[in-house]
Amino acid sequence: MELTNENVLGKIISKFGEENIWDAFSPDGIMTITTNRASIIELIQYLREDKELDISFLTTMCGIHYPDFKDKELCVMYQLHSLRHNYRIRIKVFMPATDAVMPTLTNLYSAANWMERETFDFYGVQFTGHPNLTRILNIEEMEYHPMLKQYPLEDQTREDKIDTFFGR
Amino acid sequence: MATEHKTAELTELEQFRKDNGLALRDEPQLTTLNLGPTHPATHGIFQNILQMDGEKIMDAVPTIGYIHRAFEKIAERRPFYQITPLTDRMNYCSSPINNMGYHMTVEKLLGITVPKRAQYIRVIMMELARISDHLICNSILGVDSGAFTGFLYVMQEREHIYDIYEEVCGARLTTNMGRIGGMERDLSPKALHLIDEFLKRFPKVWAEFEKMFTRNRIFIDRTTGVGPISAERALNYGFTGPNLRAAGVDYDVRVMNPYSSYEDFEFEIPVGSNGDTYDRFLVRNEEVWQSLKIIEQAYKNLPEGSYHADAPHYYLPPKKEVYTSMEALIYHFKIVMGEIDAPVGEVYHSVEGGNGELGFYLISDGGRTPYRLHFRRPCFIYYQAYTEMIKGGQLADAILTLSSLNVIAGELDA
Repeated sequence: MELTNENVLGKIISKFGEENIWDAFSPDGIMTITTNRASIIELIQYLREDKELDISFLTTMCGIHYPDFKDKELCVMYQLHSLRHNYRIRIKVFMPATDAVMPTLTNLYSAANWMERETFDFYGVQFTGHPNLTRILNIEEMEYHPMLKQYPLEDQTREDKIDTFFGR
Repeated sequence: MATEHKTAELTELEQFRKDNGLALRDEPQLTTLNLGPTHPATHGIFQNILQMDGEKIMDAVPTIGYIHRAFEKIAERRPFYQITPLTDRMNYCSSPINNMGYHMTVEKLLGITVPKRAQYIRVIMMELARISDHLICNSILGVDSGAFTGFLYVMQEREHIYDIYEEVCGARLTTNMGRIGGMERDLSPKALHLIDEFLKRFPKVWAEFEKMFTRNRIFIDRTTGVGPISAERALNYGFTGPNLRAAGVDYDVRVMNPYSSYEDFEFEIPVGSNGDTYDRFLVRNEEVWQSLKIIEQAYKNLPEGSYHADAPHYYLPPKKEVYTSMEALIYHFKIVMGEIDAPVGEVYHSVEGGNGELGFYLISDGGRTPYRLHFRRPCFIYYQAYTEMIKGGQLADAILTLSSLNVIAGELDA
């Protein structure tokens, strides 16, 4: 079977059902689908173990914050790659900021270990089952997750850095 | 850690043994050793807390983040051009690859097609960067195994590569030769001459360097079987680039997803078999030869035409035009002030960086800055496998494994 976006999507939907896979689009040629927390690990495992698909390389993973989306403020994006077919796929899972919990992928991919720690560090997503979910790039004492949009880059309380002084 | 033994407990244990007629045994004492964060042999600021039984490494706890500069966060506040200097400072051994990889990502988002000549110039610059990256990695591996001569010898050649950069853009380490849509300026006759000279002189130097190591008894003994990783584990860890190819998987972004006219050139992908330090050394060595081949082809067949795309809204005009033409001045101003919005979109683009697949995942919400920019940094992925690779080996081997992985702290921490 040739791996095209339609074929792969059809295969995934026939396996997981339309209630679990939605919002499929390909903004840059890479198919992007959205799924839910319950199916994500099973889906990635299926992509890896299915003989026809053989999508077994975790390229990257990151978090995204959309403060304006009601009840799906946080997003975790996985990007996988089939080295045999040279086919890439992107999977997103949205969740409310109040309930930022995800199952861990470390049992399937060792690469997910630090990627999940990074996502936790930056966005505060808790990965249940992760062997060592601690901060990775920031200091342990930090009390917030710095990539969230509510923390602007510059310290807004500082008075020696008023924007008007810099022509902004 | 294991060193926190309690004297009271030990004496109790001794008492127990005496009472039960057991001989006093020499229990192996585990030592905790800090490798890094700042040590000449770690090549950067990252720490490894090793748990050692004599010379043998039992376990390791890596700590990173010492020079985390929040590039992903900073990128969310910066117009597209101003992100280029951030990418420079990731893998600073091969900054043109980082720059151009980023520029190509933005071009993909904006839908700009770059003319052939600009693509070929990019290929030349990226391959020069790859040579300088591998050159440092391999020569430092030599230094770590005790051979300093090779390092000094090939450093001259890195200087020549930097001379070419300097002629092309004025900077040596943190280059700024690329632009969204092409190059800042065309290759000058002097730059072409320097590249030509480099192509003539470098093969001899590299052949000598190769001879110095590849059949050196001491070097082979110190690197064979050191820090091995199987193809399966490497793939599971997300390895790419020379480190994956040394394990026997011929995955190269330049071949699988060609960008910037790589499909026009003929070159081979060197592949190793054992995934140990020696194989990684050989693969990098061979890749330098392949890079030379690519540069030669691109240099010979350099197409005529423009060195940048006709995209005035996004291509930052060269200074000469800014001083002489009104349109260029206006667009220069608008681009520098970040007044030009990008379309809404989401792109992923990856290039074969000096040490693996360097990916950029960019989400644009239609503003003048990216909504989210994620760097897929190969070093970040290699270093997490480091623990597994050095376990059971010796301390001196851990040093060689680290330098053969080519972990650059700037990219690791981003």
